[in-house]
Amino acid sequence: MSFLSCLISGISLGSIYAIIALGYTMVYGIAKMLNFAHGDIIMVGAFAAYTIVSTLGMPPILGVIVAVAVCTLLGVTVERIAYKPLRGASSLAVLITAIGVSYLLQNLALLIFSANPQKFQSVVNLPALKLAGGELSVSAVTIITVVTCLVVMFCLTSFINKTKKGQAMLAVSEDRGAATLMGINVNGTIALTFAIGSALAAIAGVLYCSAYDTLTPYIGSMPGIKAFTAAVFGGIGSIPGAFIGGIILGIIEQLAKKYISSQLADAIVFAVLIIVLLVRPSGILGKKTNEKV
Amino acid sequence: MAILEVRNLEVFYGVIQAIKGISFDVEQGEIIALIGANGAGKTTTLHTITGLIRAKSGSIFYEGKEVTRIPGDKLVQMGIAHVPEGRRIFSSMTVLQNLKMGAYTRNDKKEIADTLETVYQRFPRLEERKNQVAGTLSGGEQQMLAMGRALMSHPKLIAMDEPSMGLSPIYVNEIFDIIQKINSDGVTVLLVEQNAKKALSIAHRAYVLETGKIVLSGDAGELMNDDSVKKAYLSE
Repeated sequence: MSFLSCLISGISLGSIYAIIALGYTMVYGIAKMLNFAHGDIIMVGAFAAYTIVSTLGMPPILGVIVAVAVCTLLGVTVERIAYKPLRGASSLAVLITAIGVSYLLQNLALLIFSANPQKFQSVVNLPALKLAGGELSVSAVTIITVVTCLVVMFCLTSFINKTKKGQAMLAVSEDRGAATLMGINVNGTIALTFAIGSALAAIAGVLYCSAYDTLTPYIGSMPGIKAFTAAVFGGIGSIPGAFIGGIILGIIEQLAKKYISSQLADAIVFAVLIIVLLVRPSGILGKKTNEKV
Repeated sequence: MAILEVRNLEVFYGVIQAIKGISFDVEQGEIIALIGANGAGKTTTLHTITGLIRAKSGSIFYEGKEVTRIPGDKLVQMGIAHVPEGRRIFSSMTVLQNLKMGAYTRNDKKEIADTLETVYQRFPRLEERKNQVAGTLSGGEQQMLAMGRALMSHPKLIAMDEPSMGLSPIYVNEIFDIIQKINSDGVTVLLVEQNAKKALSIAHRAYVLETGKIVLSGDAGELMNDDSVKKAYLSE
């Protein structure tokens, strides 16, 4: 039974990684950049929800909505101010800028909320589900996290395959110049990608802090870097890849914690990344980068 | 009336001047060929007209309106389509998805379906392969897809960049036939070609570019018999 409960918590943690990884992978696929500030958007989302629910005493659902709104706005603003002017610049310049944005957000949060850990009140106040005659208890947050991840995946896949804007995203990710020639506003499409990725980061932030109930300005960096690992693991740029990579990584982390060592769990997760990159540099579902001329 | 007027256009890549003040007109309903050697500035000229790069100075008028600073995606809406060099189809999408991307600026589903029908009539092979992933098409079919995709925006002016490049002789003839048919449907064509002989055989008028300047212009038939053109571009 304990294996099963470990597996379930792995899937749940993996679902959070998957939601974050979707943001990484979409931005990478469409804007061709690694947005290392993505993890800190998670933190901002969690603080927004915290402010609404714990400080102002408003209902949790409002906390989630505000978190999504704040992060969407933040993501689009960061893209407009920090990344858009660097559209033609080298990818290294953009990467360094993203790291700068990451530190900026962390330090702003430090100024406003201080470094003391805050107790994050879970946005889910439902009883745990008892299975197998009470032997297996699955918390409501766990269930909601997994369900949310599935819903997000479904909506995102439908959006990309069934709508014009979604197809425009695919076109921009494949060839920006050709997309322009179709009449697609490339800058608008990139901004939309940041909006969606950041909204997902907000949801992930609220779920992550609901599961682990502490909140500091650095809370986003670890899930952020692991979700990045998940995105690379699954094949960066691939949406199903981010999903699969996230889930597998979450399971590996929880199983490693239980059966190997809780201190080594993070090291094991990153070791998996290194092995994957050695064996299959493009990730599980990644595209091979041979272009037909 | 001229559908396109280019005046004293100058384009730079960094400090290197690619276009050194060119002016030319394209009349409604014409096929205009821009010919010249590699690096003469043909593609740069097309890219500047369709808004992919910005001119440093000079102006471009489309249907009498200045469009020099209008971004490429807006120009598509105004009726300028561009079939890029190397085709640049969306290779991971299907043929049909590619064609639908071409109609991105249009909203009327009925009109889009009608255009799709005419594109299929013009290129029956695209209909046969509509569910095939575009990257698996042959070079000639990819060229047809790129042209069909451009037609999906229902353009008044279509710019084509090296449509015959890398194609087998049979396809080359077919592509040039199709360009003439597109033109006879009322679409003005601005054609950039290395295959000067073929281009001049279907064009009404032509401009010869040499290192960023127009060195010669005139009736396509006359240019074909011009000694300097013959010597430099028709390998006679």
